[in-house]
Amino acid sequence: MTGAPVEVVVTGYGATTPLGGDAASTWEALLAGKSGVGRTDAEFVERFDLPVKISAQLAVEPTEVIPRVQARRLDRCEQVAIVAAREAWAHAGLGGDEPKVEPERVAAVVGTGIGGAMTLLGQDDLLESGGLRKVSPLTVPMLMPNGPAAVVSLELGARAGVHAPVSACASGAEALAWAYRLIQEGDADVVVAGGAEACITGITVAGFVQSRTLSSRNDEPERASRPFDTGRDGFVLGEGAGILVLERADFARARGATIHGRLAGHGLTADAYHITGPDPEGSGQSRAMLKAVRSAGLEPSDIDHVNCHATSTVVGDVGESAAIRKALGDRPVLTAPKSSMGHLVGAAGAVESLFTMLSIKEGVVPATLNLENLDPGVELDVVAGEPRKMELNAAVNNSFGFGGHNASVVFTKV
Amino acid sequence: MADNAEILSGLSEIVEEVAGIDAGDVSAEKSFVDDLDIDSLSMVEIAVQAEDKFGVKIPDEQLAELKTVGDAVDYIAKNQ
Repeated sequence: MTGAPVEVVVTGYGATTPLGGDAASTWEALLAGKSGVGRTDAEFVERFDLPVKISAQLAVEPTEVIPRVQARRLDRCEQVAIVAAREAWAHAGLGGDEPKVEPERVAAVVGTGIGGAMTLLGQDDLLESGGLRKVSPLTVPMLMPNGPAAVVSLELGARAGVHAPVSACASGAEALAWAYRLIQEGDADVVVAGGAEACITGITVAGFVQSRTLSSRNDEPERASRPFDTGRDGFVLGEGAGILVLERADFARARGATIHGRLAGHGLTADAYHITGPDPEGSGQSRAMLKAVRSAGLEPSDIDHVNCHATSTVVGDVGESAAIRKALGDRPVLTAPKSSMGHLVGAAGAVESLFTMLSIKEGVVPATLNLENLDPGVELDVVAGEPRKMELNAAVNNSFGFGGHNASVVFTKV
Repeated sequence: MADNAEILSGLSEIVEEVAGIDAGDVSAEKSFVDDLDIDSLSMVEIAVQAEDKFGVKIPDEQLAELKTVGDAVDYIAKNQ
């Protein structure tokens, strides 16, 4: 790549989350201080006597909006990807019968953390109980981790490429980084990018319980996810999807698209420290933020706001705040949307990037729910109580994943 | 033992369940692929459900020969 970077803008977005069945209702619920966390509505909790009985389940079942026959061919994580992608595509003004962009110039990049494990488990049960004949011929396309990306490509006719970053809880943000690169390198004019996750089931909850990462505040589900608060005891597993339509700015302007924000840069790094624990020095995280800021042609002092990864774990939140201070100083105003929405794993980075962009667009930082006593180790300005109205020109979204994946993306005002 | 009309009716229900085609639109002369737009994955599902419903075996090499709904009805009638 030579010369000035290509300007990449956001022309559409979609989401389905524990806060709402689309992007608008999700954002509205976030600003209103609603919680998407509740008692887990599934029999496995009692059957296995799991100590964690709460989760952040979708506000709207995808099968309510996807035709029955299409839905039965899709794993739940693919269903949510389709729901968010359709909304984003229509929102970008790309829907309808007349193609507005050559399919060969459209790519799909949709990440997931876990993928179609529910299908894997269900079909394995069928193999055990009924033998080969009971196994669905759709098993493999439903369980493969590139499934959400593939079904979005198929749904929208995206033929420039289909890619699936798999970096645990950083997948959704990493997808935006890949999308940015595809546009920079001239591979696509439009990229439908984001993340999808829907795997709240016995084995995932049990696995996270055993790694001591989930909150067990079962009696107060809405107060369980409390990033940066001294009373935090782990994250709340959620499900959902977020998709952004990213576009080469001159292409978007030529077709008269509405431009909502600018994806100005990204930084991807690895900790190579521990398989689940973050580097206590936060060096990988701060390097990701610095790379992102510099790739956007900015200085750390230009960043007004950080939409934090902060999941409500004891170690992670304070580590991130240290990494933010190290990379960006103490000026940025922080928020942690997992307090409301729970942790959407592979979708988190995409949905929270959408929040970051909307914060800039609307000049408002959502409050961090349940932040009553700020951990003294944080030493930064975290918005709590009410959303804060403020002019924002540049903001970072952080997403970090098991495996040492660090992804930071920078949005700027258009 | 189901007669041909009962087999057609039962098969049509399976096609509707698997492929979303209205059972009323499934008739003997229709081709699974050309008329009903059923892909090879859905054909496997339909065959497995038909085997259970009518107590027949539909080996893969036979499945490939069942081009129309009528072919399937005839095969099931002869082999149930």
